[in-house]
Amino acid sequence: MPKSDIPSARTVLSVADETPTVRTLEFEDAALARAEPGQFAMVWVPGAGELPMSVMVSDIAGRAAFTVRTHGPSSRALYGVREGGIIGVRGPYGNSFDAKTDSALLVGGGTGLVPLMRLITRLPAGARIGLAMGSRTADEVLFEGRARALAEKREIRIEVATDDGSRGVAGTAVDAARLLLDSGRYAAAYTCGPEPMMAALVGEAAARGVPAQASVERVMKCGVGICGSCCMDDRLVCCDGTVFGGDYLASSADFGRAWRSKSGAAVPF
Amino acid sequence: MAASLEARVGPLALPSPAMLASGILGISTRVFGRLLDAGAGAVVTKSLSVEAWEGYANPTVIGAPGGGWLNAVGLSNPGAAEFARMLRAEPAVPAIVSLVGSEPGDFARMVAEFGGCNVIAYELNLSCPHVARVGLEVGDDISLVESIVRATRAASGVPVMAKVGLGTANYLDTVGAAAAGGADAITAINTVRAMAIDAEAARPTLSNAFGGLSGAPIKPVALRCVYEIASRHDIPVIGCGGVSTWEDAVEFVLAGACAVQVGSALAGGNMGVFGEINAGILRYMERKGHKSVQEMVGLAKK
Repeated sequence: MPKSDIPSARTVLSVADETPTVRTLEFEDAALARAEPGQFAMVWVPGAGELPMSVMVSDIAGRAAFTVRTHGPSSRALYGVREGGIIGVRGPYGNSFDAKTDSALLVGGGTGLVPLMRLITRLPAGARIGLAMGSRTADEVLFEGRARALAEKREIRIEVATDDGSRGVAGTAVDAARLLLDSGRYAAAYTCGPEPMMAALVGEAAARGVPAQASVERVMKCGVGICGSCCMDDRLVCCDGTVFGGDYLASSADFGRAWRSKSGAAVPF
Repeated sequence: MAASLEARVGPLALPSPAMLASGILGISTRVFGRLLDAGAGAVVTKSLSVEAWEGYANPTVIGAPGGGWLNAVGLSNPGAAEFARMLRAEPAVPAIVSLVGSEPGDFARMVAEFGGCNVIAYELNLSCPHVARVGLEVGDDISLVESIVRATRAASGVPVMAKVGLGTANYLDTVGAAAAGGADAITAINTVRAMAIDAEAARPTLSNAFGGLSGAPIKPVALRCVYEIASRHDIPVIGCGGVSTWEDAVEFVLAGACAVQVGSALAGGNMGVFGEINAGILRYMERKGHKSVQEMVGLAKK
């Protein structure tokens, strides 16, 4: 199934509330159903905007999903799409996590957990899984049951962190990840979420000799390597990423430090 | 003597005739470095304005039914002064700076911002088809074109190129006005004003409704324009519009272009396209016995 660069209309078939601010919208799309973890689609809400979204898994064959937090104008519009509503999708775009490991530590903040859910489905049958998840509050904890279900028969250990300490460790996903990293039971780390959190995680993993991969988010306009909005150093997050290796990220002048605004100006995190 | 890829755009000598077109990837000097390493003969920045512009809301870039791309990015840029600060920090990266504005004073003022930067030329955007009061609306005003080019030429110590497109004026008159104002070269053409409507959503897909069509579908149009300009005016022409392969580049040169610009062909992260175009041109030159790009310019007209 080739990717499409032209927005293709899709009917939203189901809408599920994940938390008070996060919803998952499912739809049929053969190409996005087979997206690799870390790949994204550009999602058009007619009349309201278009935004890059990591492709969420669906339990139903041939379906894909987007899990969106209501935040800015475009995400608020996508969050507001009801069952039967029309969205336009193009993609999938970008590269993906390398899932070849026998023991994976997954570290996600908020909706950054989306590509990590898809990654669970791609990890080897016997892989051991650790999952550190960060949320603002206990109400906003996301995908805990989903992760256990996707892990099937594989061992999965979950640590939760909340910004306000209302559940689990008080802090970010990195604080939860430390508990798992220190066990020495994980050979590879995978992360997606707020960039300062990911930068901290890449550092913590490197300090323990654990190779890390991070799925990076930037302002995206084209998604296809034309506009340059998503540049990080001399890379394009849309085409060279979204997933980058920890060695490169540790040497990056931009990762965890600055992103480009809609005008293209560098903005510190 | 072996064939040389060096291209001459008026007084400007470039290591290869395939340049990065304005609007594509043009906000990061680190990315410029990567493109030059990949074989780009020069890089043209995004069009810079006096103030920073965010551009339009997404969707701003989409695939076009029938091939190519539709865009209405809306000239997003961090502003000339901010961009100049970034360029000044990278003196090893030469840039052709694209400028967009509404009146001569805008352009002269922006040129003054680039002191101490490695600017090898300016390109005046007289042809963006989807933003009010600049671009094509300026290019369609023949007397304004001449005064803008003259003001930029007076302010600049490096060559000035005027980028023209297909608006409501006869573009050949716009070229004539730019030449009269002292332009050192003409870039032709910009994207062609176009739109897409989604049948299911029953509305235009681009947030701005109108945008510009680029890529392979506009190549025959651009080729015709270059041929016409080179036939009617004695001024160096840079061909732009759908250049994706070395064959495209050679065709533009044979039509009268001294260099070409590449944009849409970079889609999908295809920075290797510059190396492929360069290698293909060189093979063609060796096969045909040409020693320089310059001696091929306009051969199709002879």
